[in-house]
Amino acid sequence: MRMSVPVSANANSRIASRLSKQIDRVRTHPAILLERFGRLVLYVVVIFGAIVFSLPFFWMIRTSIMPGWQIYLIPPQWIPDELHLENWVEFWTMFPFPTFFQNTLFYVAARTLAVTLSSSLVAYGFARLRFPGRGLLFMLCLSTMMLPAQVTLIPQYLIFSRLGWIDTYNPLVVPGLFGIAFHIFLLRQYYMSIPLEMDDSAKIDGCGFLGIYWRIILPMSLPALGVVAVMNITFAWNDFFNPLIYLNNMVRYPISLGLMLMKGEGQALDMQLLMAATTASLMPLFALFFLAQRYFIQGIVVTGVKG
Amino acid sequence: MSATSAGTGGVQTRLVRRVRPPRLSFTAREAIAGYLFISPWLVGFLVLVGGSMAISLGVSLMRTDLLTDFTFVGMDNFVQLAGDKLIQKALVNTAYYSFTMVPLGTILALITALLLNQNIKCQGIFRSLYYVPSIVSGIAVSMLWLWLYNPRVGLLNSLLGQIGIQGPKWIYSDVWAMPSMIIMGLWTTGGSMLIFLSGLQSIPTALYESAEIDGANAWHRFWHITIPMLTPTILFSLIMRMIGSWQVFTQAYVMTEGGPNNATLTMVLYLYRKAFQQFHFGYAAAMAWLLFGIILVLTLLMFKSSPLWVFYESEVERVGSAKRVLKRES
Repeated sequence: MRMSVPVSANANSRIASRLSKQIDRVRTHPAILLERFGRLVLYVVVIFGAIVFSLPFFWMIRTSIMPGWQIYLIPPQWIPDELHLENWVEFWTMFPFPTFFQNTLFYVAARTLAVTLSSSLVAYGFARLRFPGRGLLFMLCLSTMMLPAQVTLIPQYLIFSRLGWIDTYNPLVVPGLFGIAFHIFLLRQYYMSIPLEMDDSAKIDGCGFLGIYWRIILPMSLPALGVVAVMNITFAWNDFFNPLIYLNNMVRYPISLGLMLMKGEGQALDMQLLMAATTASLMPLFALFFLAQRYFIQGIVVTGVKG
Repeated sequence: MSATSAGTGGVQTRLVRRVRPPRLSFTAREAIAGYLFISPWLVGFLVLVGGSMAISLGVSLMRTDLLTDFTFVGMDNFVQLAGDKLIQKALVNTAYYSFTMVPLGTILALITALLLNQNIKCQGIFRSLYYVPSIVSGIAVSMLWLWLYNPRVGLLNSLLGQIGIQGPKWIYSDVWAMPSMIIMGLWTTGGSMLIFLSGLQSIPTALYESAEIDGANAWHRFWHITIPMLTPTILFSLIMRMIGSWQVFTQAYVMTEGGPNNATLTMVLYLYRKAFQQFHFGYAAAMAWLLFGIILVLTLLMFKSSPLWVFYESEVERVGSAKRVLKRES
């Protein structure tokens, strides 16, 4: 405040002009230009990639709301000019799709519950309790991840058919009760990160092992359980191979077999109906993804690949 | 028990105590609880894995429809495998798929992870867009791509038509059928992209900072820090992809039924046909063992090769001290 106002204004403007010149010089400096150009290229590439990854979905939805004659136009009609939602009504009545959805929901729920519960029990044993042979057994458990399902496919088919389980959901759900190696591994990793003091204090309070598992470990590992649940839901929702092998009767088909049934109609099938059915079959998965996004993304972080 | 002993006096109490089995030590109780907790997996392992593998071996030595006919034929199935023209075709096709898909998929996942690890606007939305295709794997993807590959009005040939290129017949052409499957597989690569992203985020920034001080440019930092630190993730991705790619089935079954001209006949598709359409379960079991052998050998090869190129963080200390030694010398 010692300086008089006009002088200061003068000085300020001089400083400002010098600054702006300097800024211009920095802005047009080759390194900065290169950096800005690099960022532009980065955005172009990222946006291009995003378009490539989403275009198939666009094409699917576009086809599902077009009248049949329009999808075969050449050159193609990129954006439908009218909405034909009757495709969506038609495929529901063509095959018993409500039943297919119900069956899939049952499969998803039963399988997810079975695998999550059993895998978490086993993971607790491997993570928290000391017993002879633990390391060896855990290595065996991990090694089963490498075993292709085809080796056990035929004997399991033999066993399940002898039990009279063909054309039921038992062969699809019951194996889940024995835990899945990858999910055991994943949950074990997470349980190991819970401080042991938690167990000790529970023990002092008279909690048994089952009590510790149920009252301490499970409530503390909800994020990991969510990850496992989400993985199982997507697996069962998409599962095609197991239903194909074990289910025969159409009333027991899940959506995956329902779609195949629809495709089996051959050339006579209207593509817009098949795309409407495909879109509908994906809607619940998309909804799950947007609701439980962090469980999809976290899965990887929890897994801690380097283990 | 306490009620009766309270009524009849101290002598009996002592007696009752004596007959009670000795209290187990904590270690023993913990061990029993441990076995009980892992028992679901243990039972499953013994029956569904161990038992199944034993039965599978037995079945592979038989000619059987799993109903009435169980004829022991010794090594016949395996001998037949060696001379089966279709299995050779299936092996070549699956190997083609696997050896293309595994490296391409890993490279694409790595590139997309590097892109989306940059500090950009709407990073979360971009990550979701890249990732979403991978959660819809299976039949829906096959249905969708069946339509995208339509030679006349599919998305791909429509796009190519826009720039004046006559697109191939994709899954309806001998030559293009397998590349079509691979392109489709690359679209669902988001899962490994996430693995690489988390791998990238776990690289300590201090490494980059000290490298920058030492005058390393972006390329040096990428080649000498990012890549080495990611090698464990790359190994994991390669192995999981390899195991999965040898079992490719749904796409081939749904889109091409192995055609055209058996160009997409894969190992598991052929196995499925032999077992569940022609009911040659013994032959199919032998095929399953061949497949298992291939996967096992390839997995072991990858693990064995890993000391040559995989860099584990536990070695950082050693490298650090080596660097210090170098500095002292210079």
